[in-house]
Amino acid sequence: MRRVAVIGVGCSKFGELWDMNFRDIVISAGIEALEDAGLEGKEIEAMYIGNMSGGRYLAQEHVAALIADYAGLAELHIPATRVEAGDASGGLALRMAYMAVASGVHDVVIAAGAEKVTDVGAETAMDILSSAADREWEVFCGANLPALFAMMARMHMDRFGTTEEDLARVSVKNHRNAVNNPKAQFRREISLEVALNSPYVAEPLRLFDCAPISDGAAVVILASEEVAREYTDTPVYISACCQASDYLALHSRRDVTTMDAVVHASRQAYKHAGIEPKDVDVAEVHDSFTIAEIIAYEDLGFTEKGKGAELIREGVTELNGEIPVNPSGGLKACGHAIGATGIRQAVEIVLQLRGDAGKRQVDAEKGLALNIGGTGATAVVTIFER
Amino acid sequence: MLPRFWRKIRYRYNLVGTYCENCRTYYYPPRNLCPKCRRKSKIKEVQLSGKGKVISYSIVHDAPENFKMMKPYVVALIQLDEGPIITSQLVCKPEEVRVGMRVRAVFRKYGEEGESGIIYYGTKFVPDS
Repeated sequence: MRRVAVIGVGCSKFGELWDMNFRDIVISAGIEALEDAGLEGKEIEAMYIGNMSGGRYLAQEHVAALIADYAGLAELHIPATRVEAGDASGGLALRMAYMAVASGVHDVVIAAGAEKVTDVGAETAMDILSSAADREWEVFCGANLPALFAMMARMHMDRFGTTEEDLARVSVKNHRNAVNNPKAQFRREISLEVALNSPYVAEPLRLFDCAPISDGAAVVILASEEVAREYTDTPVYISACCQASDYLALHSRRDVTTMDAVVHASRQAYKHAGIEPKDVDVAEVHDSFTIAEIIAYEDLGFTEKGKGAELIREGVTELNGEIPVNPSGGLKACGHAIGATGIRQAVEIVLQLRGDAGKRQVDAEKGLALNIGGTGATAVVTIFER
Repeated sequence: MLPRFWRKIRYRYNLVGTYCENCRTYYYPPRNLCPKCRRKSKIKEVQLSGKGKVISYSIVHDAPENFKMMKPYVVALIQLDEGPIITSQLVCKPEEVRVGMRVRAVFRKYGEEGESGIIYYGTKFVPDS
């Protein structure tokens, strides 16, 4: 296995991008990544694209070839592959690209993630995202993604004393962080009071506990260590990229309040990188719902099971805390462009490790990204170091 | 989508699950393979009792399009007495639902595909006093 470096990153604006179509969004992120890496384009040997549902959001399949085409790479005839794991599709694309470089098959590979969701209405958009859960035995009953996370939250509250206020604190923190992220969808602070007075979507989750469904794309360019040195003096290395799966439906899992896929992927990743949870300086985690961030603290080993809420209460995961989590604003405030999210998280960690994160910069040498699909049937954990 | 629904009617209407005779575990929804025994699975279909208790729930206010008429409605994770946990709707007032509450299965309508489309029926649960 060869060491793999990130030599360029790019990200579109996240949000309701009414004047941009799918192609425009991806290409804006791609151009930024090429400029960041100092590549012309012809150096790229392969491309992996995370996209959950071009088919239902756009009625357009075969999006890997489409993106390679509009990225100006058609005549290079590179292999372009779309991968899908619900909203963990981006994380998967990153892992495929990582393996392609680590194995020695390719030297320079693009990992991209993209989703255009606003061409369908908000309800259809949520229905499509909910197909990352079990359509026949969960969603059929009216248990869409918010309802499923709500049932995780209810049980976490019952068992461990987590409160609605704890959930709201996650939202408040992530909104505060997004203020300093020019790519974020919601760049304004909210008060605890506003979060706690927002209407219920699925009790106990309120509007401010739920990430939006956004348009957006993100791109990272990976290279072998040797090739990376030709392009940059500040490479960020991927020291592990691990993936795990679990029962698709929440009701079949070992424990409703634990994402075993996250536990498995993160333990493997720590082992592979030769680090422990306490060595992580900054993390981007998958807060599609606020409860998911609290559970992530536990399943990533930042604290023990049941004590996730303490970290948010004590400010441990604030920007100036011991382990800043979601300095970008997370899915909640930066936006959740489904298949793009896993790559968008990687972009943030790379910027943080390079010292290019502007006003939201934290002091970090090692960073972690956690991308999950649906209620946690897929998890991808990536560890970066400078 | 009609055949997709129709072919599982037997399991949806009557709460027919599966049982692995090798490890003596019940499953609902039904499975073709036991995740503990895999190739050694000895799966047979069984009628479940339909009795159980609520282990978690949510009151859904922002309902998906086809459930708009029902909102707010209660979805729950119900642990059946045989062991498996299933996702279902609970037919009761939102303020009645409690974790630990005993419930039993009933046959109810879930929705329909427009005025001329098929009607979806399935299992819901009611408080069992």
